[in-house]
Amino acid sequence: MDFEPSAEQQMLIDQVRRYVREEIIPLEAKLDPDAAELDPADQARLVEKTKAMGLYGIDIPKEFGGPDIDIVTRVLLAIEMAQHRAGLYVPCYGTFGGAGLAQIFEANEDQKERYLYPTLRGEKKPFFGLTEPSGGSDPARAIQTRAERKDNGWVLNGAKIFISGADRAQYGIVFARTDASKGRAGITCFIIDAGTPGFHVRRVVHTLRSSSYATELEFKDCWVSDHQILGEVNKGFAVANDRLTRQRIPYAAGCIGVAIAAHEMAVEWAKMRSTFGEKLANRQAIQWMLVDNEIDIRTARHFTLEAAEKARRGLPFRTEAAIAKLTASEGGGRVVDRAMQIHGGMGMTKDLPLERWYREMRIRRVGEGPSEVQRMVIAREILGSNLR
Amino acid sequence: MALRLRLDKPWRPLTAEVVDRLPGQLGVYQIADAKGTIVYIGQAGARTAFGLRSELQREASQRASGHQFRVEVNQQYRTRWFELLMVHQADHGSLPTDNAKNPPPALGRLSPN
Repeated sequence: MDFEPSAEQQMLIDQVRRYVREEIIPLEAKLDPDAAELDPADQARLVEKTKAMGLYGIDIPKEFGGPDIDIVTRVLLAIEMAQHRAGLYVPCYGTFGGAGLAQIFEANEDQKERYLYPTLRGEKKPFFGLTEPSGGSDPARAIQTRAERKDNGWVLNGAKIFISGADRAQYGIVFARTDASKGRAGITCFIIDAGTPGFHVRRVVHTLRSSSYATELEFKDCWVSDHQILGEVNKGFAVANDRLTRQRIPYAAGCIGVAIAAHEMAVEWAKMRSTFGEKLANRQAIQWMLVDNEIDIRTARHFTLEAAEKARRGLPFRTEAAIAKLTASEGGGRVVDRAMQIHGGMGMTKDLPLERWYREMRIRRVGEGPSEVQRMVIAREILGSNLR
Repeated sequence: MALRLRLDKPWRPLTAEVVDRLPGQLGVYQIADAKGTIVYIGQAGARTAFGLRSELQREASQRASGHQFRVEVNQQYRTRWFELLMVHQADHGSLPTDNAKNPPPALGRLSPN
């Protein structure tokens, strides 16, 4: 496969690259090193700018008003959008918009009116409630939140953890067990409004990602009607699983973007910094670190674009997405680590973005399915389905 | 196991002599009036010259005598600051008076136990 960008793709890449360097990075220089938001006035101004660029809502399907950009091009642009301090988790501070929750496109017409369209207009924010204290890597078995039939609806009881944005969201999608005897075929996806009685955001969960927090949720006799079911009863696992697979491709792209930015910083520093009368760039130890960075970046880029290309063609891409996520999160972590080593003491400070990338990149080996689960997915492909 | 939610250390007088001895680390702090009512929750982030010390020195120079303070050294000063604001809002139904004058744009809702 040829992954060289076409002329049109390169034009978009250049446009986004300029936007990051001329609009985002200068604003970011004035913010706290762990900031996750722009000043609201700057945010509004930049959203108008991305709309004028024709790139607002880049992940939104064309039929819902998105700019109709294929997934390969979106990956190329996501790599660019991540190349700033906050870029791994908040690429361009969200100024390119997006629904933020792919599953909600699966909603029925009534739910689209109540949730999808307000979300696309920026009036509502969602959260994604899957992981539980009992585990997140194996949702089919770990989900213990129960939903029981009552009064023409469902009563939810249980807890969720590591849920981003639930305290600020207007609604979320929550997975609960509706048939304890059926494993993954006994899970249903519910849409829960923020003010629903019995739904509580109990606490903040602090993590390495100190720019933003996760939350812990509790459902205590939380009743919702049948109208709040997303998809069908007992078919929620497919909704969750589809997201987990699709999400791995842009997740990998973000890691590559940050790795490229860290690598470029390391190259510049190596050319500039002298020790013992010699530029760092002339030291073999440093050269080899830079070579290893280059290899990690190219490897991750190749596999991520391969996964995106398969997805674009409508081919199965579960294994490719796992390889992309694995190589980008692990390779990206190594690149940032080497870039810090090359920078020496300065690499450890909050003056540079490296320390934030280092902390946040560590999470990427766990988030959206840990490396070990990605390897399990790949092993199944190699060894055949009888391994299951 | 959850970390302690509320900042419940003893109050100390907000005077130059006391705050000059504070560490230069990053973290969060609370300011109370003489009766112990919290009037402000602040953070000492990485752009400050000397972390908690510089922020509390500034507070001491700008506030009338009789105010009190307490600090928590915390590298996660941003998320901890949001957490303290949300817990205060849940406990008292509003933000501390000086935070309410300039609230963060998107403060979440917590219902802590």
